[in-house]
Amino acid sequence: MAKITLSKLRHSYYPNPSSPSDYALKEIDLDWSDGGAYALLGPSGCGKSTLLNIISGLLVPSEGRILFDGQDVTELTPDKRNIAQVFQFPVIYDTMTVYDNLAFPLRNRGRDEETVRARVMAIAEMLEVTDMLDQKAAGLSPDNKQKISMGRGLVREDVNVVMFDEPLTVIDPHLKWKLRSKLKELHQRVKATMIYVTHDQTEALTFADQVVVMQDGEVVQIGTPVELFERPAHTFVGHFIGSPGMNVLPCEVQGGQALLAGQAVPLEGAITGTPSGKTEIGVRPEFVTIGDAGLAATVTKVSDLGRHMVVECDLAGARVNAVVNGSAPDKGGTVHLSFRPDQTRLYVDGWIATQAQEAAA
Amino acid sequence: MKTENNKGWFFVLPVLILVAFNALIPMMTVVNYSVQETFGDNVFFWQGLDWFEQILRSDRFHAALGRQFLFTFLILIIEIPLGIAIALAMPRKGFWVPVCLVTMALPMLIPWNVVGAMWNIFTLPDIGLLGYFFNHVLGIEYNMTQSPLAAWMTIVTMDVWHWTSLVVLLAYAGLVSIPDAYYQAAKIDGASNWSVFRYIQLPKMKNVLTIAILLRFMDSFNIYTEPFVLTGGGPGNSTTLLSIDLVKIALGQFDLGPAAAMSLIYFAITLLVSWLFYTLMTKDDLN
Repeated sequence: MAKITLSKLRHSYYPNPSSPSDYALKEIDLDWSDGGAYALLGPSGCGKSTLLNIISGLLVPSEGRILFDGQDVTELTPDKRNIAQVFQFPVIYDTMTVYDNLAFPLRNRGRDEETVRARVMAIAEMLEVTDMLDQKAAGLSPDNKQKISMGRGLVREDVNVVMFDEPLTVIDPHLKWKLRSKLKELHQRVKATMIYVTHDQTEALTFADQVVVMQDGEVVQIGTPVELFERPAHTFVGHFIGSPGMNVLPCEVQGGQALLAGQAVPLEGAITGTPSGKTEIGVRPEFVTIGDAGLAATVTKVSDLGRHMVVECDLAGARVNAVVNGSAPDKGGTVHLSFRPDQTRLYVDGWIATQAQEAAA
Repeated sequence: MKTENNKGWFFVLPVLILVAFNALIPMMTVVNYSVQETFGDNVFFWQGLDWFEQILRSDRFHAALGRQFLFTFLILIIEIPLGIAIALAMPRKGFWVPVCLVTMALPMLIPWNVVGAMWNIFTLPDIGLLGYFFNHVLGIEYNMTQSPLAAWMTIVTMDVWHWTSLVVLLAYAGLVSIPDAYYQAAKIDGASNWSVFRYIQLPKMKNVLTIAILLRFMDSFNIYTEPFVLTGGGPGNSTTLLSIDLVKIALGQFDLGPAAAMSLIYFAITLLVSWLFYTLMTKDDLN
């Protein structure tokens, strides 16, 4: 187990990067404490797998350093770093039995058979694969194969960090949920530092204590699932997390007030700095209510999601989603929308520009 | 009752007709010859299984069969490991991939009799490049027409040169289909190069190697043109492989009955070995 520090990390797949767009990773500084469960969340191509491969040592970064417990490991190979990684597609050694698969990383490191046996049995029990130990690994179902891949990562007790690279991609939906809770349980039992890479917000939010949201090679926000949901630091986070995502509405700022279609919209707190550039109001659909007073909008679409309904409205050319419980207005009708002030924020050039409630109070 | 659409058979019919004309019907005439004696003019006398017995008891047949198995064994034991080794050494990405692939494919594109003629000239003691080099530069006596050992080394080397590429290309196809994650996982698991080969590359190549061995077995077991052009079966009978012997009996001595019996035995052996090998190799996959 180890604390992981990424210091001024940059990576480019080009030999001579010149502009920032040449970098797959643009200057990353991160501190991950020992034994934590972290998720790297972002859309495909945002650099999260690159970052993962740099931490595991499969890739050497162009610039910057990686430290495990304060020790520089930037130049070390994966086996020297003592890490484990679970890949998108289950990697198992077809010709070996499940037992031999789990024993493989230990035997390669020259552990005696007694230690190997004890560790393999313990891990097999944790993963609930004890009854499969004598089977050929090739015949297993995808979810069991992925369990064995995880097991090979967890079987070494001294492993610094276990990394998961979208491990549930090939798993059936009903088993995804099971495997996900198994993972969470494993983390609590083995207390290893775990990093989980995914583009699926549900996976990231259920697994991790801390989620790192990435976009275009940059870390946009780091926070607990609740923080990311309630107070996105960037419109990208607001949009990416939540279903449907946060409403982002172009607005004007005059005299310390945000104006939407000519009407002042109350915000969570005072606007920080003097806004220049693109100004937008961000509010989650959960905090938009349809009532008698407020901003006039036209209903363009109503989707029934079973648990609640999502009403899509057109407000002066911008699209606003509202989550409604109970009866929804008719399509084509005019409604009045109001935003809950403590959940309504101003974003300047994408970044949050209002003071938080606590800070204002 | 369930009605089944049997129209699919019409699609198989052309192949069936083709195979009938180029394999089944000719083979039936061979069966016909193998149980009769003829002196020409289409006059046949029933002979039963006499020819089969004669062939199976003949020392000449045993010797040719022994040489045949030795030849096939030698080229397999060289070509398969060598082919795997070359495939492992070939680049997986970049500019050199097509260069390697095309170079590898070249020997296979040369017609068989040309291969035989090329090696014949190549090894001539006084004017062939290899023959001259051995005899006059290294001072090692090397003459295919006199030494059985030299003749054997030459036909084996020729076959290795001609057909290792096939093993290389098949093994390479198996290798490139292995996802990167396997190598990365092995690295993280601390696997040695040997373990990577033994537990990742070899299992992933198993199916293509089965095909490679099968193809090389059948081809080398039936080899005719190249050794015929190169050594003509000599010196003496030292490189008279089964097919060469068969042609000698059939077209040299015009013993059509024994030749027909021999070719059926020859065919049965090829089929039996191929079937045994294939069944053994794919046994695990069925369970």
